[in-house]
Amino acid sequence: MSAIVQTLVDGTKKILNPGRVCATTGLSVCRTAQQFIKLNAVSAVVFLLIGGVAALLLALTRWQTVHLLNAEWFYRIVTLHGLNMLIFWILFMEVAILYFCCTTPLNSKLFSKKVAWVSFGMMLTGALMVDYIILQGQADVMMTSYLPLLAHPLFYLGIILVAVGTLIGVFNFFATLYIAKRDKTYEGSVPLVTFGATAAAIIAVVTLLHGAIVMIPTFTYSMGWTPQPDPMWYRLIWWGLGHQSQQVNVCAMVSVWYFLASVTTGARPLNEAVCRTAFVLYVLFINLASAHHLLVDPGIGATWKIWNTSYAMYLAVLASMIHGFTVPASVEVAMREKGYVRGLFGWLTSAPWGNPGFSGFFLSLVIFGFGGGITGVTLGTQQINIIAHNTLRIPGHFHVTVVGGTTLSFMALAFYVIPLIFEKDFIWRKAARLQPYLFGIGIVMLAVGMSFAGSMGVPRRSWDIDVAGVYGPAAHLMLGFVGVGGIIAFVGLLLFVLLCVGTLFFGKSTKGRAMTDWGVAKAPAGVAVTRLEEHDLSATKGTFAMVLIFLACFAVYYFANWKALADVWPVR
Amino acid sequence: MSSILVPERGWFRAPAGHEKIWIGLALSWCLVLTVMMPYWHFRGKQNSRGEAYAVVPTEFAARVDRFIAANKVGESNGVPIVEPAPGGDAFVLARMWSWNPILKLRKGETYRVHLSSLDLQHGFSLQPLNMNFQVMPGYDHVLTLTPTSAGSFTIVCNEFCGIGHSNMIGHIIVE
Ligand code: HEM
Ligand SMILES: [Cu+2]
Ligand SMILES: [Cu+2]
Repeated sequence: MSAIVQTLVDGTKKILNPGRVCATTGLSVCRTAQQFIKLNAVSAVVFLLIGGVAALLLALTRWQTVHLLNAEWFYRIVTLHGLNMLIFWILFMEVAILYFCCTTPLNSKLFSKKVAWVSFGMMLTGALMVDYIILQGQADVMMTSYLPLLAHPLFYLGIILVAVGTLIGVFNFFATLYIAKRDKTYEGSVPLVTFGATAAAIIAVVTLLHGAIVMIPTFTYSMGWTPQPDPMWYRLIWWGLGHQSQQVNVCAMVSVWYFLASVTTGARPLNEAVCRTAFVLYVLFINLASAHHLLVDPGIGATWKIWNTSYAMYLAVLASMIHGFTVPASVEVAMREKGYVRGLFGWLTSAPWGNPGFSGFFLSLVIFGFGGGITGVTLGTQQINIIAHNTLRIPGHFHVTVVGGTTLSFMALAFYVIPLIFEKDFIWRKAARLQPYLFGIGIVMLAVGMSFAGSMGVPRRSWDIDVAGVYGPAAHLMLGFVGVGGIIAFVGLLLFVLLCVGTLFFGKSTKGRAMTDWGVAKAPAGVAVTRLEEHDLSATKGTFAMVLIFLACFAVYYFANWKALADVWPVR
Repeated sequence: MSSILVPERGWFRAPAGHEKIWIGLALSWCLVLTVMMPYWHFRGKQNSRGEAYAVVPTEFAARVDRFIAANKVGESNGVPIVEPAPGGDAFVLARMWSWNPILKLRKGETYRVHLSSLDLQHGFSLQPLNMNFQVMPGYDHVLTLTPTSAGSFTIVCNEFCGIGHSNMIGHIIVE
């Protein structure tokens, strides 16, 4: 309850934050921020549930043997799923994360409650408009709404509202950074998670501006006020929104990794300078990455495609590969310091796998790295895209980035957000410990099915593949994987939603006490904690072995795809 | 110390140990990735140059009709089968929900295949090869294509184009 009081050099006392002190961490929590973290997170989970029900229907339709929905509803539900998941669930969660990262770690209060209301109100109104108009059957255009496909104007207006609402939330974040600096609520540099969140926010601004540039003329066209924008121009700018927003997600996810690594194992960043530089690389080098959605498009030359793919992408890839090392390495160091030094991987096997904050985060790291990263770079290679574009390989890729990666890390985060911000201890703790595995395994299976089906030429966003008469039993088997993996992932998702909602209603209050520990890593009794440094090779050898395996997998997959490409007809 | 706390002073230092080695390895790998694309552009046989010309959709449809009239060699279920001259131009029109005409090509010959759409965006996905290209209204997308295997190939539409999307099937025959 008490405010944070800082004694200044001249002896006067200054009240920094009219918030409460967290009984678990001793950090201060701004009440306004807390209120909006709650509002945004609850909305996020509601949209996750809508998107999840849609996901189940889709998985059961693409599973050709079940083929649940009819064509009309399949396309409607694809549209619903894409928007509710990729846009609404993710953006509401991200605004919540931004509000957290600019207040508690900086010991600051949120800049403005009014601005937060405006942002939240616009986002919610927009999202509800979009969902309403989709379910009315007035916007069967997929989330990409490629012109000349045309939806009801409310669809575009809804998306514009969500985008502008998010921008306003991002403004609130920057304004909070500013007042925190001005009021000197902290000394020195901002903590790493805040730095990562700032990178995400900067990219979000650029991204959302692209959204405005492309959506506003499309909206005015749908109203009959202006002529139709060029469809190729639309694709170019739309992917300035669509792709860069994925970099926002990556930044947010990596920040969550750092956060959860610290909270569950006591890890500290190995080298702050390296981690921060990697975030800066995201900001600098992602701006042109819309290119890799246009690699087999007409009207765009090879030079432009190659330059934008490599220039914009590979230094951002470098950044991800750096985080992919520093995050597990920081965990390894923290575990070894606590005395878990056995062999290469003793630190990993002794990690708190029963803690859903840890297992969720570490699975997210592995799935994102081995699954999403390797496939993303390969599919996004200019020429290899010829054998991948618009096949199920593409959703196969992004279900292990934004779902197995980002979504799973956000779920893992919730196992701490709810006790710390909503001040409720989780119910059904055994089920909670299983949840990350269930969701993770389901998504991996789904993505494997999609990827292999896609390699056999099965198109994405297609209601039926049997008319073509070219897909054999292997492709159908892979679609079975999509179905079964989809069901498992859905059960994991539903369990997550039930856990969250159930906890809000029935969880024991944690007010005034520490949250019940999920089981964070601790040194065994009698072991003295030592401090290891980055240059100590024995402190990070397990992680180093892991990343070498990763690099080998990467190279094999990458060159196997060049080989597959070399086998198709010559084309220029 | 922790990632949620303000870092200790003097946090700005060079990487060391495995981290330093990894950054070097990762950077080298990124360079390999970067070099592969221009390399393939010059040495590889499969490239997407995006060669395209602005075209009014109805004008493209008229070209396709002239192409069919001049080179028609047969019909399959009402869809014309058309055999362009080796080395020459071939045209395929995508519309909701058909590909017209059926091309008959010769193995080992090179053709300039023009793709465009009369209405929405479509996806040219050649199966079972799994080669994929975007088809846009208003753009005459030219693929300089050399069939190197014989047989009957199927064009599947893989860009969503309305309720009949999954029925949008076409054919290419190679002899
Ligand atoms: C239970 C978990 C999930 C399952 C079973 C699932 C399943 C699917 C399926 C079957 C498709 C259709 C693929 C196609 O026919 O083209 C799809 C598309 C998609 N999913 Fe998911 N998904 C899940 C979670 C998510 C989440 C959490 C996100 C985002 C954060 C997401 C983002 C997308 C997107 C963006 C598309 C593409 C929509 C489009 O093509 O317009 N999915 N998903
Ligand atoms: Cu089509
Ligand atoms: Cu189609």
